[in-house]
Amino acid sequence: MIPRPTMSSWKVWRRNAAVFFKTYTVNFLPPFIEPVLYLLAMGYGLGMFIGEIDGIPYVHFIAPALLAVSMMNSSFFECTYSSFVRMYYQKAFDAMISTPLSIDDVIAGELLWGATRSLIYSSAMLIVLIIFGVVSLPSSLLIIPFSFLAGLLFSGIAMCFTAISPGIDTLNYPSFLFITPMLLFSGTFFPLSMLPPVLQTVALTCLPLAQVVIIARSLTLTTLSPFFIYSLMWIAFFTAVFFFLSIHLMKRRLVV
Amino acid sequence: MAVEPIIEAHDLRKDFGALRAVDGVNFSVMPGEVFGFLGPNGAGKTTTMKMIECVSPRSEGDLSVFGLDIGSHPREIKRWLGVVPQETNLDTDLTCLENLVTFASYFDIRKEDARARAAELLDFVQLSEKSDVLIEKLSGGMKRRLILARALVNSPRLLILDEPTIGLDPQARHLMWEKLKALQSAGNTIVLTTHYLEEAERLCNRLVIMDHGKILVEGAPADLVRQYAGGDVVEVNHTPEVTACLEEMGARFEVFGDMVQVFSDHPKEVATRLLSTCNPGKIFVRRGSLEDVFLSLTGRALRE
Repeated sequence: MIPRPTMSSWKVWRRNAAVFFKTYTVNFLPPFIEPVLYLLAMGYGLGMFIGEIDGIPYVHFIAPALLAVSMMNSSFFECTYSSFVRMYYQKAFDAMISTPLSIDDVIAGELLWGATRSLIYSSAMLIVLIIFGVVSLPSSLLIIPFSFLAGLLFSGIAMCFTAISPGIDTLNYPSFLFITPMLLFSGTFFPLSMLPPVLQTVALTCLPLAQVVIIARSLTLTTLSPFFIYSLMWIAFFTAVFFFLSIHLMKRRLVV
Repeated sequence: MAVEPIIEAHDLRKDFGALRAVDGVNFSVMPGEVFGFLGPNGAGKTTTMKMIECVSPRSEGDLSVFGLDIGSHPREIKRWLGVVPQETNLDTDLTCLENLVTFASYFDIRKEDARARAAELLDFVQLSEKSDVLIEKLSGGMKRRLILARALVNSPRLLILDEPTIGLDPQARHLMWEKLKALQSAGNTIVLTTHYLEEAERLCNRLVIMDHGKILVEGAPADLVRQYAGGDVVEVNHTPEVTACLEEMGARFEVFGDMVQVFSDHPKEVATRLLSTCNPGKIFVRRGSLEDVFLSLTGRALRE
Protein backbone atom coordinates (compact mmCIF):
# COMPACT_ATOMS: atom_id res chain seq x y z
CA MET A 1 0.00 0.00 0.00
CA ILE A 2 1.33 3.45 -0.89
CA PRO A 3 1.90 5.63 2.20
CA ARG A 4 -0.38 8.65 2.40
CA PRO A 5 1.06 11.32 4.67
CA THR A 6 -1.08 14.42 5.16
CA MET A 7 -0.41 18.05 6.03
CA SER A 8 -0.37 16.92 9.67
CA SER A 9 3.26 15.95 9.04
CA TRP A 10 4.13 19.58 9.62
CA LYS A 11 3.02 19.22 13.26
CA VAL A 12 5.79 16.68 13.76
CA TRP A 13 8.16 18.99 11.87
CA ARG A 14 7.16 21.86 14.16
CA ARG A 15 7.89 19.79 17.26
CA ASN A 16 11.40 18.99 16.00
CA ALA A 17 11.99 22.58 14.96
CA ALA A 18 10.91 23.82 18.40
CA VAL A 19 13.38 21.50 20.11
CA PHE A 20 16.13 22.52 17.67
CA PHE A 21 15.69 26.23 18.29
CA LYS A 22 15.55 25.68 22.06
CA THR A 23 19.16 24.57 21.92
CA TYR A 24 20.24 26.78 19.03
CA THR A 25 23.57 27.72 20.61
CA VAL A 26 24.81 24.14 20.34
CA ASN A 27 23.12 23.63 17.02
CA PHE A 28 24.29 26.73 15.22
CA LEU A 29 27.96 26.94 16.05
CA PRO A 30 29.16 23.82 14.18
CA PRO A 31 27.88 24.80 10.72
CA PHE A 32 29.80 28.07 10.94
CA ILE A 33 33.03 26.66 12.32
CA GLU A 34 33.29 23.46 10.28
CA PRO A 35 33.56 25.09 6.83
CA VAL A 36 36.16 27.54 8.08
CA LEU A 37 38.33 24.65 9.24
CA TYR A 38 37.92 22.80 5.94
CA LEU A 39 38.57 25.91 3.90
CA LEU A 40 41.73 26.66 5.82
CA ALA A 41 43.08 23.11 5.87
CA MET A 42 41.99 21.78 2.49
CA GLY A 43 41.42 24.91 0.46
CA TYR A 44 44.36 27.03 1.46
CA GLY A 45 46.68 24.36 2.93
CA LEU A 46 46.34 21.52 0.46
CA GLY A 47 45.27 23.96 -2.26
CA MET A 48 48.75 25.53 -2.24
CA PHE A 49 50.17 22.34 -3.72
CA ILE A 50 47.29 21.65 -6.03
CA GLY A 51 46.82 25.12 -7.44
CA GLU A 52 44.02 24.80 -9.94
CA ILE A 53 41.66 22.08 -11.11
CA ASP A 54 40.15 22.50 -14.60
CA GLY A 55 41.25 26.11 -14.51
CA ILE A 56 39.60 27.00 -11.21
CA PRO A 57 41.33 27.59 -7.86
CA TYR A 58 41.21 24.51 -5.62
CA VAL A 59 39.39 26.34 -2.85
CA HIS A 60 36.62 27.27 -5.30
CA PHE A 61 36.54 23.65 -6.45
CA ILE A 62 35.92 22.19 -2.98
CA ALA A 63 33.58 24.92 -1.68
CA PRO A 64 30.46 23.40 -3.36
CA ALA A 65 31.57 19.93 -2.23
CA LEU A 66 31.66 21.17 1.36
CA LEU A 67 28.09 22.38 0.90
CA ALA A 68 27.03 19.04 -0.54
CA VAL A 69 28.69 17.11 2.28
CA SER A 70 26.97 19.33 4.81
CA MET A 71 23.57 18.65 3.18
CA MET A 72 24.29 14.94 3.36
CA ASN A 73 25.62 14.81 6.90
CA SER A 74 23.03 17.04 8.53
CA SER A 75 20.06 15.19 7.07
CA PHE A 76 21.52 11.69 7.13
CA PHE A 77 22.55 11.80 10.77
CA GLU A 78 19.28 13.45 11.78
CA CYS A 79 17.22 10.65 10.25
CA THR A 80 19.46 7.85 11.46
CA TYR A 81 20.75 8.37 15.00
CA SER A 82 18.37 11.15 16.07
CA SER A 83 15.27 9.53 14.61
CA PHE A 84 16.32 6.20 16.06
CA VAL A 85 16.60 7.74 19.51
CA ARG A 86 13.15 9.30 19.16
CA MET A 87 11.66 6.07 17.87
CA TYR A 88 13.36 3.50 20.10
CA TYR A 89 14.45 5.19 23.31
CA GLN A 90 12.00 8.06 23.69
CA LYS A 91 9.05 6.13 22.19
CA ALA A 92 8.05 9.46 20.72
CA PHE A 93 6.46 7.90 17.63
CA ASP A 94 4.27 5.66 19.82
CA ALA A 95 3.03 8.72 21.67
CA MET A 96 2.36 10.59 18.44
CA ILE A 97 0.37 7.83 16.77
CA SER A 98 -1.98 7.67 19.74
CA THR A 99 -3.20 11.09 18.53
CA PRO A 100 -4.94 11.73 15.18
CA LEU A 101 -1.48 11.61 13.54
CA SER A 102 -0.85 8.48 11.48
CA ILE A 103 2.50 6.76 11.27
CA ASP A 104 2.75 8.09 7.69
CA ASP A 105 2.41 11.65 9.02
CA VAL A 106 5.02 11.06 11.72
CA ILE A 107 7.69 9.65 9.42
CA ALA A 108 7.00 12.23 6.71
CA GLY A 109 7.41 14.92 9.37
CA GLU A 110 10.77 13.45 10.37
CA LEU A 111 11.89 13.42 6.73
CA LEU A 112 10.80 17.01 6.18
CA TRP A 113 12.67 18.01 9.30
CA GLY A 114 15.83 16.20 8.08
CA ALA A 115 15.54 18.16 4.84
CA THR A 116 15.11 21.38 6.80
CA ARG A 117 18.27 20.70 8.79
CA SER A 118 20.10 20.31 5.52
CA LEU A 119 18.74 23.70 4.47
CA ILE A 120 19.70 25.36 7.77
CA TYR A 121 23.24 23.94 7.86
CA SER A 122 24.13 24.51 4.24
CA SER A 123 22.68 28.02 4.32
CA ALA A 124 24.82 28.82 7.35
CA MET A 125 27.81 27.41 5.52
CA LEU A 126 26.93 29.36 2.40
CA ILE A 127 27.20 32.59 4.37
CA VAL A 128 30.75 31.68 5.39
CA LEU A 129 31.67 30.77 1.82
CA ILE A 130 30.24 34.05 0.52
CA ILE A 131 32.30 35.95 3.10
CA PHE A 132 35.43 34.10 1.94
CA GLY A 133 34.47 34.99 -1.62
CA VAL A 134 34.82 31.44 -2.92
CA VAL A 135 31.33 31.09 -4.46
CA SER A 136 29.72 33.11 -7.26
CA LEU A 137 26.63 35.20 -6.74
CA PRO A 138 23.75 35.26 -7.29
CA SER A 139 23.56 31.70 -8.69
CA SER A 140 24.88 30.30 -5.39
CA LEU A 141 21.72 31.43 -3.64
CA LEU A 142 19.91 28.61 -5.46
CA ILE A 143 21.83 26.34 -3.08
CA ILE A 144 19.23 27.21 -0.43
CA PRO A 145 16.16 25.65 -2.11
CA PHE A 146 18.30 22.89 -3.58
CA SER A 147 19.64 21.91 -0.15
CA PHE A 148 16.07 21.08 0.93
CA LEU A 149 15.63 18.66 -1.97
CA ALA A 150 19.05 17.08 -1.43
CA GLY A 151 18.33 16.85 2.29
CA LEU A 152 15.05 15.09 1.61
CA LEU A 153 16.92 12.54 -0.52
CA PHE A 154 19.44 11.74 2.21
CA SER A 155 16.72 11.75 4.89
CA GLY A 156 14.78 9.12 2.96
CA ILE A 157 17.86 6.94 2.52
CA ALA A 158 18.70 7.39 6.21
CA MET A 159 15.18 6.52 7.35
CA CYS A 160 15.33 3.25 5.38
CA PHE A 161 18.42 2.28 7.36
CA THR A 162 16.73 3.35 10.60
CA ALA A 163 13.71 1.23 9.77
CA ILE A 164 15.76 -1.94 9.31
CA SER A 165 18.43 -1.36 11.94
CA PRO A 166 18.02 -3.72 14.91
CA GLY A 167 19.83 -1.36 17.29
CA ILE A 168 21.48 2.01 17.35
CA ASP A 169 24.96 0.47 17.02
CA THR A 170 24.16 -1.16 13.70
CA LEU A 171 23.60 2.31 12.27
CA ASN A 172 27.40 2.55 12.27
CA TYR A 173 27.41 0.28 9.21
CA PRO A 174 25.75 2.72 6.81
CA SER A 175 27.72 5.57 8.38
CA PHE A 176 31.11 3.99 7.77
CA LEU A 177 30.44 1.78 4.77
CA PHE A 178 28.14 4.09 2.81
CA ILE A 179 28.59 7.69 3.90
CA THR A 180 32.37 7.75 4.34
CA PRO A 181 33.27 6.18 0.98
CA MET A 182 30.72 8.39 -0.71
CA LEU A 183 32.30 11.40 0.93
CA LEU A 184 35.61 10.52 -0.75
CA PHE A 185 34.56 9.27 -4.18
CA SER A 186 31.82 11.64 -5.30
CA GLY A 187 33.90 14.28 -7.04
CA THR A 188 34.27 16.09 -3.76
CA PHE A 189 37.99 16.65 -3.24
CA PHE A 190 39.10 15.64 -6.73
CA PRO A 191 37.19 15.45 -10.06
CA LEU A 192 35.31 12.27 -10.91
CA SER A 193 37.30 12.12 -14.15
CA MET A 194 40.39 11.08 -12.18
CA LEU A 195 38.71 7.83 -11.15
CA PRO A 196 39.07 4.68 -13.29
CA PRO A 197 36.20 4.57 -15.86
CA VAL A 198 34.37 1.76 -14.03
CA LEU A 199 34.31 3.70 -10.78
CA GLN A 200 33.24 6.82 -12.63
CA THR A 201 30.23 4.98 -13.97
CA VAL A 202 29.43 3.59 -10.53
CA ALA A 203 29.65 7.07 -8.99
CA LEU A 204 27.50 8.63 -11.69
CA THR A 205 24.80 5.98 -11.51
CA CYS A 206 24.75 4.94 -7.85
CA LEU A 207 26.14 7.63 -5.56
CA PRO A 208 23.63 10.24 -4.45
CA LEU A 209 26.37 12.56 -3.23
CA ALA A 210 27.99 12.61 -6.69
CA GLN A 211 24.75 14.01 -8.12
CA VAL A 212 24.43 16.58 -5.36
CA VAL A 213 28.04 17.71 -5.87
CA ILE A 214 27.43 18.15 -9.62
CA ILE A 215 24.43 20.41 -8.99
CA ALA A 216 26.08 22.34 -6.15
CA ARG A 217 29.23 22.94 -8.21
CA SER A 218 27.22 24.12 -11.19
CA LEU A 219 25.49 26.63 -8.92
CA THR A 220 28.49 28.00 -7.04
CA LEU A 221 30.72 28.25 -10.14
CA THR A 222 27.87 29.33 -12.44
CA THR A 223 29.04 26.81 -15.03
CA LEU A 224 26.47 24.27 -16.06
CA SER A 225 27.79 20.70 -15.88
CA PRO A 226 26.78 18.50 -18.84
CA PHE A 227 25.27 16.19 -16.20
CA PHE A 228 23.18 18.95 -14.61
CA ILE A 229 19.78 17.87 -15.92
CA TYR A 230 20.59 14.18 -15.48
CA SER A 231 21.66 14.67 -11.87
CA LEU A 232 18.65 16.79 -11.03
CA MET A 233 16.31 14.15 -12.47
CA TRP A 234 18.23 11.44 -10.63
CA ILE A 235 17.83 13.30 -7.33
CA ALA A 236 14.14 14.04 -7.87
CA PHE A 237 13.37 10.45 -8.81
CA PHE A 238 15.22 8.80 -5.94
CA THR A 239 13.97 11.34 -3.42
CA ALA A 240 10.43 10.25 -4.24
CA VAL A 241 11.40 6.56 -4.13
CA PHE A 242 13.14 6.72 -0.76
CA PHE A 243 10.50 9.03 0.71
CA PHE A 244 7.78 6.45 0.20
CA LEU A 245 9.96 3.40 0.74
CA SER A 246 11.19 4.65 4.11
CA ILE A 247 7.65 5.33 5.32
CA HIS A 248 6.63 1.89 4.15
CA LEU A 249 9.53 0.21 5.97
CA MET A 250 8.92 2.19 9.14
CA LYS A 251 5.28 1.22 9.11
CA ARG A 252 6.27 -2.41 8.76
CA ARG A 253 8.53 -2.04 11.77
CA LEU A 254 6.21 -0.07 14.04
CA VAL A 255 2.68 -1.15 13.20
CA VAL A 256 2.32 -4.74 14.35
CA MET B 1 -33.64 5.23 22.62
CA ALA B 2 -31.12 2.57 23.55
CA VAL B 3 -27.74 3.76 24.79
CA GLU B 4 -25.01 2.98 22.27
CA PRO B 5 -21.90 1.30 23.68
CA ILE B 6 -18.63 3.26 23.52
CA ILE B 7 -16.66 0.16 22.58
CA GLU B 8 -17.99 -3.02 21.07
CA ALA B 9 -15.92 -6.09 20.25
CA HIS B 10 -17.15 -9.25 18.57
CA ASP B 11 -15.00 -12.30 18.21
CA LEU B 12 -11.91 -10.10 18.16
CA ARG B 13 -8.65 -11.85 17.34
CA LYS B 14 -5.02 -10.85 17.06
CA ASP B 15 -2.20 -13.05 15.81
CA PHE B 16 1.50 -12.34 15.99
CA GLY B 17 2.83 -14.94 13.58
CA ALA B 18 1.91 -18.27 15.10
CA LEU B 19 1.00 -16.75 18.46
CA ARG B 20 -2.65 -15.95 19.00
CA ALA B 21 -2.45 -13.08 21.49
CA VAL B 22 -6.16 -12.31 21.57
CA ASP B 23 -8.40 -15.23 20.87
CA GLY B 24 -11.98 -14.34 20.05
CA VAL B 25 -13.04 -11.92 22.76
CA ASN B 26 -16.45 -10.24 23.08
CA PHE B 27 -17.14 -7.25 25.27
CA SER B 28 -18.88 -3.92 25.28
CA VAL B 29 -18.19 -0.83 27.31
CA MET B 30 -21.05 1.55 28.08
CA PRO B 31 -20.84 5.33 28.50
CA GLY B 32 -19.77 6.47 31.96
CA GLU B 33 -18.46 3.06 32.90
CA VAL B 34 -15.06 2.16 34.34
CA PHE B 35 -14.24 -1.12 32.69
CA GLY B 36 -11.25 -3.20 33.76
CA PHE B 37 -9.10 -5.81 32.03
CA LEU B 38 -7.32 -8.11 34.46
CA GLY B 39 -5.04 -10.97 33.75
CA PRO B 40 -1.51 -12.30 34.17
CA ASN B 41 1.35 -11.14 31.95
CA GLY B 42 0.82 -12.19 28.36
CA ALA B 43 -2.96 -12.55 28.76
CA GLY B 44 -3.64 -10.21 25.84
CA LYS B 45 -4.71 -7.10 27.75
CA THR B 46 -2.25 -4.65 26.23
CA THR B 47 -2.80 -6.07 22.75
CA THR B 48 -6.52 -5.48 23.17
CA MET B 49 -5.86 -1.89 24.31
CA LYS B 50 -3.65 -1.26 21.28
CA MET B 51 -6.40 -2.41 18.95
CA ILE B 52 -8.88 -0.08 20.67
CA GLU B 53 -6.33 2.74 20.31
CA CYS B 54 -6.20 2.07 16.54
CA VAL B 55 -2.43 1.60 16.58
CA SER B 56 -2.41 -2.17 16.11
CA PRO B 57 -4.62 -3.65 13.38
CA ARG B 58 -6.85 -6.56 14.32
CA SER B 59 -6.41 -9.94 12.65
CA GLU B 60 -10.09 -10.87 12.65
CA GLY B 61 -13.44 -9.92 14.13
CA ASP B 62 -15.25 -6.65 14.71
CA LEU B 63 -14.14 -3.78 16.87
CA SER B 64 -15.85 -0.43 16.92
CA VAL B 65 -15.22 2.61 19.08
CA PHE B 66 -17.85 5.40 19.25
CA GLY B 67 -19.74 3.31 16.72
CA LEU B 68 -16.92 3.63 14.16
CA ASP B 69 -14.83 0.78 12.81
CA ILE B 70 -11.18 0.92 13.98
CA GLY B 71 -9.86 0.00 10.55
CA SER B 72 -11.68 2.61 8.49
CA HIS B 73 -11.89 5.57 10.93
CA PRO B 74 -8.71 5.67 13.03
CA ARG B 75 -8.28 9.45 12.83
CA GLU B 76 -11.84 10.20 13.91
CA ILE B 77 -11.62 7.71 16.78
CA LYS B 78 -8.21 8.88 17.97
CA ARG B 79 -9.43 12.46 18.02
CA TRP B 80 -11.59 11.54 21.04
CA LEU B 81 -9.28 9.10 22.80
CA GLY B 82 -7.05 9.75 25.77
CA VAL B 83 -4.31 7.17 26.17
CA VAL B 84 -2.10 6.43 29.17
CA PRO B 85 0.35 3.83 27.84
CA GLN B 86 2.15 1.28 29.93
CA GLU B 87 5.54 2.67 28.98
CA THR B 88 6.30 6.24 29.89
CA ASN B 89 6.76 7.98 26.56
CA LEU B 90 6.85 11.64 27.49
CA ASP B 91 8.88 13.96 25.30
CA THR B 92 12.18 14.20 27.17
CA ASP B 93 13.36 17.17 25.11
CA LEU B 94 10.53 19.30 26.51
CA THR B 95 9.27 20.62 29.85
CA CYS B 96 6.01 19.53 31.47
CA LEU B 97 4.06 22.43 30.04
CA GLU B 98 5.65 22.07 26.59
CA ASN B 99 4.79 18.37 26.63
CA LEU B 100 1.11 19.15 27.03
CA VAL B 101 1.03 22.06 24.59
CA THR B 102 2.97 20.14 21.91
CA PHE B 103 0.72 17.13 22.35
CA ALA B 104 -2.33 19.37 22.03
CA SER B 105 -1.00 20.63 18.69
CA TYR B 106 -1.29 17.08 17.31
CA PHE B 107 -5.04 17.41 17.96
CA ASP B 108 -5.27 20.75 16.13
CA ILE B 109 -5.99 22.56 19.38
CA ARG B 110 -5.21 26.26 19.11
CA LYS B 111 -2.15 27.39 21.01
CA GLU B 112 -3.97 29.76 23.42
CA ASP B 113 -6.57 27.11 24.20
CA ALA B 114 -3.84 24.51 24.65
CA ARG B 115 -1.94 26.70 27.11
CA ALA B 116 -5.07 27.33 29.20
CA ARG B 117 -6.01 23.67 29.14
CA ALA B 118 -2.44 22.60 30.02
CA ALA B 119 -2.32 24.93 33.04
CA GLU B 120 -5.67 23.56 34.20
CA LEU B 121 -4.49 19.96 33.82
CA LEU B 122 -1.15 20.55 35.55
CA ASP B 123 -3.16 21.89 38.45
CA PHE B 124 -5.46 18.85 38.36
CA VAL B 125 -2.52 16.40 38.58
CA GLN B 126 -0.74 18.63 41.13
CA LEU B 127 2.23 19.48 38.95
CA SER B 128 1.75 23.23 38.60
CA GLU B 129 5.10 24.02 40.21
CA LYS B 130 6.83 21.64 37.81
CA SER B 131 5.44 23.41 34.77
CA ASP B 132 8.83 24.51 33.41
CA VAL B 133 10.83 21.49 34.57
CA LEU B 134 12.30 18.97 32.13
CA ILE B 135 10.88 15.45 32.25
CA GLU B 136 14.06 13.79 33.51
CA LYS B 137 13.81 15.80 36.73
CA LEU B 138 10.44 14.24 37.62
CA SER B 139 9.84 11.25 39.91
CA GLY B 140 8.11 8.14 38.60
CA GLY B 141 4.81 9.17 40.15
CA MET B 142 5.02 12.64 38.65
CA LYS B 143 5.70 11.21 35.21
CA ARG B 144 2.64 8.98 35.43
CA ARG B 145 0.52 11.94 36.51
CA LEU B 146 1.85 14.05 33.68
CA ILE B 147 0.95 11.27 31.25
CA LEU B 148 -2.56 11.29 32.70
CA ALA B 149 -2.72 15.05 32.15
CA ARG B 150 -1.43 14.57 28.61
CA ALA B 151 -4.15 11.99 27.94
CA LEU B 152 -6.79 14.55 28.99
CA VAL B 153 -5.50 17.39 26.85
CA ASN B 154 -8.02 16.76 24.06
CA SER B 155 -10.99 16.35 26.47
CA PRO B 156 -11.39 12.71 25.44
CA ARG B 157 -14.68 10.87 25.38
CA LEU B 158 -12.88 7.65 26.26
CA LEU B 159 -9.82 7.27 28.46
CA ILE B 160 -7.65 4.18 28.06
CA LEU B 161 -5.20 3.41 30.85
CA ASP B 162 -2.72 0.58 30.46
CA GLU B 163 -1.49 -0.16 33.98
CA PRO B 164 -1.78 3.42 35.17
CA THR B 165 -0.12 2.88 38.55
CA ILE B 166 2.65 0.50 37.50
CA GLY B 167 5.76 0.89 39.63
CA LEU B 168 4.34 3.60 41.89
CA ASP B 169 4.71 3.81 45.65
CA PRO B 170 1.52 3.66 47.77
CA GLN B 171 1.27 7.45 48.14
CA ALA B 172 1.59 8.03 44.41
CA ARG B 173 -0.84 5.22 43.69
CA HIS B 174 -3.48 6.63 46.01
CA LEU B 175 -3.14 10.04 44.40
CA MET B 176 -3.60 8.46 40.98
CA TRP B 177 -6.70 6.60 42.19
CA GLU B 178 -8.09 9.81 43.59
CA LYS B 179 -7.68 11.49 40.19
CA LEU B 180 -9.28 8.56 38.38
CA LYS B 181 -12.18 8.59 40.84
CA ALA B 182 -12.69 12.28 40.13
CA LEU B 183 -12.73 11.61 36.38
CA GLN B 184 -15.15 8.76 36.91
CA SER B 185 -17.60 10.86 38.88
CA ALA B 186 -17.41 13.54 36.19
CA GLY B 187 -18.98 10.93 33.91
CA ASN B 188 -15.91 9.87 31.90
CA THR B 189 -15.78 6.47 30.29
CA ILE B 190 -12.59 4.71 31.33
CA VAL B 191 -11.02 1.43 30.25
CA LEU B 192 -8.06 0.24 32.28
CA THR B 193 -5.80 -2.77 32.59
CA THR B 194 -4.10 -3.61 35.83
CA HIS B 195 -2.25 -6.27 37.78
CA TYR B 196 -3.38 -4.76 41.03
CA LEU B 197 -6.56 -6.46 42.10
CA GLU B 198 -7.19 -3.89 44.78
CA GLU B 199 -7.08 -1.21 42.11
CA ALA B 200 -9.65 -3.01 40.01
CA GLU B 201 -11.89 -3.60 43.01
CA ARG B 202 -11.77 0.08 43.94
CA LEU B 203 -12.22 1.61 40.52
CA CYS B 204 -14.09 -0.69 38.17
CA ASN B 205 -17.83 -0.93 37.71
CA ARG B 206 -17.31 -3.97 35.59
CA LEU B 207 -14.32 -6.03 34.60
CA VAL B 208 -13.16 -9.05 32.69
CA ILE B 209 -10.44 -11.48 33.68
CA MET B 210 -8.36 -12.60 30.69
CA ASP B 211 -5.89 -15.42 30.30
CA HIS B 212 -4.22 -16.86 27.20
CA GLY B 213 -6.04 -14.37 24.99
CA LYS B 214 -9.52 -15.35 26.18
CA ILE B 215 -11.98 -13.75 28.55
CA LEU B 216 -12.61 -16.11 31.45
CA VAL B 217 -15.25 -14.16 33.35
CA GLU B 218 -17.01 -10.84 33.21
CA GLY B 219 -18.94 -8.99 35.88
CA ALA B 220 -18.98 -6.46 38.70
CA PRO B 221 -16.11 -7.03 41.15
CA ALA B 222 -18.42 -7.77 44.11
CA ASP B 223 -20.46 -10.27 42.08
CA LEU B 224 -17.35 -12.06 40.91
CA VAL B 225 -16.04 -12.33 44.46
CA ARG B 226 -19.36 -13.72 45.65
CA GLN B 227 -19.59 -16.13 42.77
CA TYR B 228 -16.03 -17.44 42.63
CA ALA B 229 -14.54 -16.89 46.08
CA GLY B 230 -17.55 -17.21 48.33
CA GLY B 231 -18.20 -14.52 50.89
CA ASP B 232 -15.20 -15.05 53.14
CA VAL B 233 -11.95 -16.92 53.35
CA VAL B 234 -10.50 -18.84 56.28
CA GLU B 235 -6.77 -19.45 56.11
CA VAL B 236 -5.11 -22.16 58.22
CA ASN B 237 -1.78 -23.94 58.26
CA HIS B 238 -1.63 -26.99 56.09
CA THR B 239 -1.46 -30.15 58.23
CA PRO B 240 -2.89 -33.60 57.49
CA GLU B 241 -5.13 -33.18 60.53
CA VAL B 242 -6.64 -29.98 59.14
CA THR B 243 -7.29 -31.38 55.69
CA ALA B 244 -8.90 -34.47 57.21
CA CYS B 245 -11.17 -32.24 59.28
CA LEU B 246 -12.12 -30.08 56.31
CA GLU B 247 -12.93 -33.11 54.21
CA GLU B 248 -15.12 -34.43 56.97
CA MET B 249 -16.90 -31.04 57.15
CA GLY B 250 -17.41 -31.07 53.40
CA ALA B 251 -15.90 -27.58 53.10
CA ARG B 252 -14.67 -26.12 49.80
CA PHE B 253 -10.94 -25.54 50.20
CA GLU B 254 -7.69 -25.22 48.28
CA VAL B 255 -4.13 -26.02 49.35
CA PHE B 256 -1.37 -23.57 48.52
CA GLY B 257 2.00 -24.73 49.82
CA ASP B 258 1.89 -24.69 53.59
CA MET B 259 -1.48 -22.96 53.69
CA VAL B 260 -5.10 -24.02 53.22
CA GLN B 261 -7.79 -21.58 52.10
CA VAL B 262 -11.39 -22.40 52.92
CA PHE B 263 -14.09 -20.53 51.01
CA SER B 264 -17.25 -20.19 53.00
CA ASP B 265 -20.20 -17.96 53.76
CA HIS B 266 -20.00 -19.00 57.44
CA PRO B 267 -16.38 -18.35 58.33
CA LYS B 268 -16.98 -18.17 62.07
CA GLU B 269 -18.45 -21.64 62.22
CA VAL B 270 -15.65 -23.08 60.16
CA ALA B 271 -13.05 -21.39 62.33
CA THR B 272 -14.74 -22.50 65.55
CA ARG B 273 -14.98 -26.12 64.43
CA LEU B 274 -11.37 -26.14 63.30
CA LEU B 275 -10.21 -24.63 66.58
CA SER B 276 -12.19 -27.00 68.75
CA THR B 277 -11.50 -30.26 66.94
CA CYS B 278 -8.38 -30.26 64.74
CA ASN B 279 -5.64 -28.28 66.43
CA PRO B 280 -5.01 -25.89 63.53
CA GLY B 281 -2.28 -23.65 64.95
CA LYS B 282 -2.65 -20.22 63.29
CA ILE B 283 -5.98 -19.28 61.78
CA PHE B 284 -7.10 -16.20 59.84
CA VAL B 285 -10.53 -15.11 58.72
CA ARG B 286 -10.82 -12.44 56.05
CA ARG B 287 -13.20 -11.23 53.37
CA GLY B 288 -12.93 -12.82 49.97
CA SER B 289 -11.22 -10.60 47.42
CA LEU B 290 -10.77 -10.27 43.72
CA GLU B 291 -7.32 -11.73 44.22
CA ASP B 292 -8.94 -15.01 45.29
CA VAL B 293 -11.09 -14.98 42.15
CA PHE B 294 -8.09 -14.16 40.03
CA LEU B 295 -5.87 -16.88 41.44
CA SER B 296 -8.57 -19.53 41.39
CA LEU B 297 -9.28 -18.76 37.72
CA THR B 298 -5.77 -18.26 36.39
CA GLY B 299 -3.90 -20.60 38.71
CA ARG B 300 -0.79 -19.96 40.75
CA ALA B 301 1.82 -20.89 38.19
CA LEU B 302 4.27 -18.08 37.55
CA ARG B 303 4.04 -16.41 34.12
CA GLU B 304 7.00 -15.51 31.94
